[in-house]
Amino acid sequence: MSSTTQTGASKFSLSMLINDTRYRSTTFQVIALIGLIFAIGYLVSNLLSNLADAGLNISWRFFGETAGYDINQMPIEYNNQMSHGRASLVGAVNTLIVAFLACVSATILGVIAGVLRLSNNWVVSKLMAIYVEAFRNVPVLVWILIIFLVMSNILPQPREFRGDAAASSMWFDMVAFTNRGVYIPRLILEDLGWVVYAAFGLSIIGVFVFRRYARNLLFNTGRLIPTFLPSIAILILPTVLVYFALGSPIGLENPALKGFNFKGGLHLRLSLIALWFALAIYTGAFIAENVRAGIQAISHGQTEAAAALGMRPGRIMSLIILPQALRVIVPPLISQYLNITKNSSLAIAVGYMDITGTLGGITLNQTGRAIECILVLMLFYLVISLSISAIMNVYNNAMKLKER
Amino acid sequence: MSDTPNIGFVRHEPIPPSAPPIQQAGMVKWMRENLFSNWINSILTILSIYFVAKIILASTPWMWNGVWTTSSLRECREVLQGTIGACWSVLAERWNQMLFGFKYPAEAYWRPTLAFVLLLVCIAPILFQKLPRNMLIFSAIYPFLAFWLIWGGTVLTPVVVALSLIAGYLAFVKMERLTGFATGLLSGVVAVALVLYLGSFVTAALPEFIALEPVASRDMGGFMLNLILGTVCVSLSIPLGIVLALGRQSNMPIIKGICVVFIEFIRGVPLITLLFVANVVLSYFFPPGTNLDLILRVIIMITLFSAAYIAEVIRGGLAALPRGQYEAADSLGLDYPQAMRLIILPQALKISIPGIVNVAVGLFKDTTLVSVISMFDLVGMIRGPISSSTAWTGIYWELYLFAILLFFVVCYGISQYSQWLERQLRTDHH
Repeated sequence: MSSTTQTGASKFSLSMLINDTRYRSTTFQVIALIGLIFAIGYLVSNLLSNLADAGLNISWRFFGETAGYDINQMPIEYNNQMSHGRASLVGAVNTLIVAFLACVSATILGVIAGVLRLSNNWVVSKLMAIYVEAFRNVPVLVWILIIFLVMSNILPQPREFRGDAAASSMWFDMVAFTNRGVYIPRLILEDLGWVVYAAFGLSIIGVFVFRRYARNLLFNTGRLIPTFLPSIAILILPTVLVYFALGSPIGLENPALKGFNFKGGLHLRLSLIALWFALAIYTGAFIAENVRAGIQAISHGQTEAAAALGMRPGRIMSLIILPQALRVIVPPLISQYLNITKNSSLAIAVGYMDITGTLGGITLNQTGRAIECILVLMLFYLVISLSISAIMNVYNNAMKLKER
Repeated sequence: MSDTPNIGFVRHEPIPPSAPPIQQAGMVKWMRENLFSNWINSILTILSIYFVAKIILASTPWMWNGVWTTSSLRECREVLQGTIGACWSVLAERWNQMLFGFKYPAEAYWRPTLAFVLLLVCIAPILFQKLPRNMLIFSAIYPFLAFWLIWGGTVLTPVVVALSLIAGYLAFVKMERLTGFATGLLSGVVAVALVLYLGSFVTAALPEFIALEPVASRDMGGFMLNLILGTVCVSLSIPLGIVLALGRQSNMPIIKGICVVFIEFIRGVPLITLLFVANVVLSYFFPPGTNLDLILRVIIMITLFSAAYIAEVIRGGLAALPRGQYEAADSLGLDYPQAMRLIILPQALKISIPGIVNVAVGLFKDTTLVSVISMFDLVGMIRGPISSSTAWTGIYWELYLFAILLFFVVCYGISQYSQWLERQLRTDHH
């Protein structure tokens, strides 16, 4: 160290930029920065000259122009006279719908399969192992296509529901499985319908309050009161009471056969169902592995210690194992949610109109604005991914083992 | 005690143990414990057995009655006469298209097949440490051999590339000893470029020298395309991933920033958008007049994609190394490249192999996505030319079962290897 203090700034020579550790990292970074600027400049100049050759320019005006194409699933108001921007928005909502549905069902499926795979029932655990390995090792695109093709070939056509001696019939006159999709009843809200929703929302809060009260009672006085049945009662009873007190303000619109097709009700297209099921089953297999790994990561001593304290197996699971396993399970679970969102872009293979189908498909082909469309498409997915990872970071920091 | 002779009977050997109760032994005990231990388990068992039996009963006659020899779905239906049965004839007739694509010349099928068999020989010494080490020489030759076999053309092209890499390596070793890592790298790159430039004249002069019939990239298809994309992109992305991981771990803020932005951007977008980039946008970024074919552009984008994921895996491996390893390298007076190459990376890569293998499996499955940008890989062949041909339209189970089988065999094999390797690498005891 003494030698470095002797060489002052006056004795600075060019070779020190490489050989002196004080300057070397700055040198490298400057070189990297210059290289990056040159690379970007080179690419951009290529881009500009290529665009000029093709007579194109970068413009965002097409987002305001009339789209002129129909979208088969419209969760928000849309018709083909609206703009490309509106069409992309419809696609974005469709992406979020299928991603949400798939996340919920993949979680349920994955947790059940993961727990059952650890069961001591030989048949069940082997069956779950087969499920996990079969679905993890085959591309999700293949599963999407198979489910789509099987459903559109096996399910009956709408006209088979017609007549007195129809070949097919609806379930409870409410649900119809056809090769054009599944028709289910739609909720119709009358004047005071929102009160029922509000009552339901309040009961959900009520359940949490009650559970907190029960826990505080247990911690403070040692009294254990039953929580399961009262929770369900709090959840359901007020809503049912309000519903009948207001004279059934929420009605059901059942699908009915009119002409060659079903009218009314909610139409879930085959493309949505195939995408939803395939993503759920495929990702469920990965989640099952995460759940299994999480539970197995908890040392067996924890179970034995809890058993030595006299706890019953159910309580050992819910009070000792799961809270610790969740810390291991949740981070990979959230990255699986990310994968579902990204894989939902495979919608384009079955014609589900998500944002890849509208903005990255029809809008791109109609306007020819490939660079702008793909840039916006990437930004959309990037925003979703970054917000999900932000949530994950918050969770990780909250759940981190607090070491002192 | 000698006056006790009149005891009627004294047993001299112990009674043989009686058999345990029937409910506590053998099959019955196992079933009681594992299948019917309580009523929930019993219900689950019966339900699962019912479910499995139903699937087997439904699928066995379908598979067994299958027809192998007809030339269209209609003929299959005539042969079956309404009985349940698969129409395997589509596989018998179109297996070559599903494996090699519909444009690859049929008389050259032996070339990709041979390349595939040699691929197994090539990766064996990398995967299994116990095999003789000099097999690695073949692994080093293999990429050039495989290129020649699959794409054809004169043998000089891969030879020149190989020679340039050898020259680059020699220059690197020589210059690194004299001056240092950075100048060594620079002179290596210069040597590669020089030999490539000189070699291009040789290949241009002798295009027929030990030549195989050349096959254009756009004629590649089928499962071969999946395998090519998978192996090429994974092997190219490992070095890139190492560089990105080291960059992300670096304490130089600008370099770290570049790497973080790149990795997070790529990991945040779906592969399909990157394939769209390869399909319609990427050619805008090359100098006017360059005409890279689609397969090459796709390889570039998939390589960037998997490099970001592999970088994250390797970063995990780097982070898992104890701090003492870095300090030990410093205290020996090694500079950064030496410390990385001799101390850190060998250990970090060893830890990351299972993770890299997982990324490779995922990437191999994702190569099916190229069918969306109208490339005819296995799924693309099934969806496109085969399903839309008049003879086979309406057939799907047989084709997709074939695809499932191929992908399952490869991916399950690799994931089993990864688990075996994890057990091998586990050095703790428990």
